[in-house]
Amino acid sequence: MSVPIILFFVCALLAVAGAVLLILAREPIHSALALVLVMMALAVLYLLLGAPFVAAVQIIVYAGAIMVLFVFVIMLLNAGVEERTDFSKIAKWAGVPLGFFLLLLIAHFLARSSIGTAIATGAGAAAEQASTRELSVQLFRQYLFPFEATSILILIAILGALVLARKDE
Amino acid sequence: MSAIPISWYLVLSAVLFGLGVVAFVFKRNVITIFMSIELMLNAVNLAFVAFARARNALDGLVFVFFVIVVAAAEAAVGLAIVIMLAQHRESLNVERVNLLKL
Repeated sequence: MSVPIILFFVCALLAVAGAVLLILAREPIHSALALVLVMMALAVLYLLLGAPFVAAVQIIVYAGAIMVLFVFVIMLLNAGVEERTDFSKIAKWAGVPLGFFLLLLIAHFLARSSIGTAIATGAGAAAEQASTRELSVQLFRQYLFPFEATSILILIAILGALVLARKDE
Repeated sequence: MSAIPISWYLVLSAVLFGLGVVAFVFKRNVITIFMSIELMLNAVNLAFVAFARARNALDGLVFVFFVIVVAAAEAAVGLAIVIMLAQHRESLNVERVNLLKL
């Protein structure tokens, strides 16, 4: 067992635990904190995958900006304990085993596929790190038009949020 | 054994996406439903980064960038809608939001 493998398992466990916590938590603020845990674990996994820029963006934009927005809205609306609806017995007794079966099926075929057997981390991995310089060259040359389109998307989103949040006169 | 194959990351991504779908279906609070959408987007991002690593190409990372931008726009507009909803209905439960129901 080398360090990357241990790191992978710790982060994978943290991510799955955070996702389960998100489902089980009754207070929205606990769900939000669980989601932050998932995002942090994913950021470490991105570092393991040799993508430091994406890891930084994940922490700054996702865990930093988007989750702060969520926590802010939870605070603003004073969201309390959530009402639970009891789900059907069929969902419990058929859904869970079938879900696990589907997961095993996916894992089986992924492990045998040509792309799944490629080495991601550790000895025999392709490149050590995707450099931020190459990434930005790709982004501003090949993907320049989509990049500019996202600025218009953000502008429309800001306008939409403003219009929605405006007080009725 | 000292190397991690891509399939481990992809399976983790599938697990997280599945948990996001479960949260989306079971949760009753509008805000937590939004959070489960973010969880699903995160799972897809992990798959994108893993594929970029497998193919040794940077396009996957650019896709992740765009997904994050779309998620930010979606969160801004969605949370504005949630605030409107809470003001009009005085509840965050999605079952009370039945304006379009016959």
